[in-house]
Amino acid sequence: MIALGQFLEVLIGGLMSGVLYSLVALGFVLIFKASGVFNYAQGAMVLLAGLALVRALDLLVANGLPLWVAVVLAIGFAAVIMAATAWLIERFVIGPLVNQDGLTLFMSTIGVTFVIEGAAEMIFGSDVYPLRLFPTDAWFLFEGLFPGGILVNKLDVWGALIAGVLVAGLAVFFQRTKTGRALRAVADDHLAAHSVGIPISWIWFVVWLVAGLVALVAATVWGTKLGVQFSITFLALKALPVLIIGGLTSIPGAIVGGLIVGAGEKLAEVYLGPSIGGGIEYWFAYVLALAVLMLRPQGLFGERIIERV
Amino acid sequence: MLYREAGQFKATYAEDMAIFPIRQDRIALAVLLGIAFIGVPLLASFRIWPFRTDYLLWAILLPFLILALAAVGTNILVGYCGQISLGSGAFMAIGAYSAYKLATGVHIPLAWLGFAIAIPPLPVLASILLGGLMAACAGILFGIPSLRIKGLYLAVATLAAQFFFDWAFLRLPWFTNYAPSGSVNAPELDFFGMIVRTPVERYLLCLLFVTVMAVLAKNLVRGNLGRQWMAIRDMDIAAELIGIRPLYAKLTAFAVSSFIIGVAGALWAFVYLGSWEPLAFSIDRSLELLFMVIIGGLGSIMGSFIGAAFILIMPIMLNVIPTELGLPLSTQTITHLQFIIFGSLICYLLIKEPHGFARLISIGKEKLRLWPFPY
Repeated sequence: MIALGQFLEVLIGGLMSGVLYSLVALGFVLIFKASGVFNYAQGAMVLLAGLALVRALDLLVANGLPLWVAVVLAIGFAAVIMAATAWLIERFVIGPLVNQDGLTLFMSTIGVTFVIEGAAEMIFGSDVYPLRLFPTDAWFLFEGLFPGGILVNKLDVWGALIAGVLVAGLAVFFQRTKTGRALRAVADDHLAAHSVGIPISWIWFVVWLVAGLVALVAATVWGTKLGVQFSITFLALKALPVLIIGGLTSIPGAIVGGLIVGAGEKLAEVYLGPSIGGGIEYWFAYVLALAVLMLRPQGLFGERIIERV
Repeated sequence: MLYREAGQFKATYAEDMAIFPIRQDRIALAVLLGIAFIGVPLLASFRIWPFRTDYLLWAILLPFLILALAAVGTNILVGYCGQISLGSGAFMAIGAYSAYKLATGVHIPLAWLGFAIAIPPLPVLASILLGGLMAACAGILFGIPSLRIKGLYLAVATLAAQFFFDWAFLRLPWFTNYAPSGSVNAPELDFFGMIVRTPVERYLLCLLFVTVMAVLAKNLVRGNLGRQWMAIRDMDIAAELIGIRPLYAKLTAFAVSSFIIGVAGALWAFVYLGSWEPLAFSIDRSLELLFMVIIGGLGSIMGSFIGAAFILIMPIMLNVIPTELGLPLSTQTITHLQFIIFGSLICYLLIKEPHGFARLISIGKEKLRLWPFPY
């Protein structure tokens, strides 16, 4: 039973960290769905949102505001920053590049990544800033069932809850609101959407804004886990296999993909790692994604890629 | 006026299909090669301006040549065959580490079979070329997914190669001959008794490699194979219908490109770095190479060189300018400003000229041809 207890602990830990990957992957999916842009800058946006949030929060708390007012104001400030970023990106990069091929757009988002990283660190500083929004202590579950119980981090549970709320919110936004319908129309065929009078550049601004807000949510959770620091940008690279496994166009896919990657890499690390040298977390997700690509190129939940000639 | 082909008649098919059909191009190339092969070494050995110190040779020309070679390899895959690869850094690493293993002797113990495979240390030239060959094999292996997927999906698949090999060279001590620090030293560069040591010799060695390989690449892409690659790039289904085998075309592109990148990796490690760690070939290197070919021009060998020069020299310029102007900025601010300016320039170039510098040059040539008339 000890082995089962350990297995469950690793599995739950993996699933929870998978949820956090999903939070980053969600931002990718939103932008890819609506504009066909493979947004490398998502990780940098998480960094920017996190830095804006934590710096504003520190400043407000230092000036003697009560914590909850400071939190609300800081989140508002970070949201405004993300909105400004979204507007700038749409106005100066994605707008002028409309109708270019995917590779050019992808490379331009790498350019955007450099700009955001440089600007964020120049304005808000480049140290490690601890963020304390959620409790980070551990919980022991099922102590009666397994000796020692199962260790679960409270932060991971919070992350899962937030991800759930976020996905529900996005689903409502996409399915029930007028803007959401327009977004889906643009995602389907932006020329057709344009011709029925949907303002494309406004829609793209909204998409980048939503992706920016998702980045903000991801930043609150990741920032609490790791502290807001430069290495958060590497999350973007971890989110790529999540996308491939889940499918580039599917929001539930991003969640399920994140769970699979999170659980898979933790289990592989614990059970396979010791025999081949350790650290396989580093590439396991990518090899898993490669395997999925060979079997199901569109990912588990992606729309089938049909080519018309 | 200078660039006009009037009066240059081509009497045979061979002349028409020559590698540089225009006389002015041939003259320009000959002058360039003359400067590179004779002028630069002469100036450098007599320490005449701008070669007073070894800085220009060491910090700019040597990395430029090697990265340009890697960019040519990347361009064959991305620009000519249209297969996006984010794994170029990994293939450089494979070239470097295979060459290192071969140059120091390979010993593979097969305990369960009761014997071991042992290869004695090979000469440096053979190691570098075989290193390229190993990279080509790895390229074929990681090119197999390209038969089912394409575009950005393939890019993520090649990321798997990048991360896997990063990990392998870091964690598996066999590759580094059990070096405790994880960093390895290149063997002495002994080419048939001639030992390459000084910066000028290293420069000439790289120049020789780059020239030979660039000519080979240029000839490959205008021959049968190159046309197959371009057909696949432009429309794979149509290419298949006219009888091009996607399997053969794509995998040869992966093999040739990885070979060139692998040789560049071996040169980078042996000739430029001397001693290195896996970090030298990280994902940043892959992105850098991709930038080089896109800024330089997809599907242009010359573009790879221009792109390599641009990406290499721009950060150096950005570093030098603030200190030259005497701006009171902290080093941290300068680093951040560099990021911002570099990113903005990339975006600006992509918006203004998505086809890169190569397109600008061909527009320039066309204008020169018509000059003084607008059309």
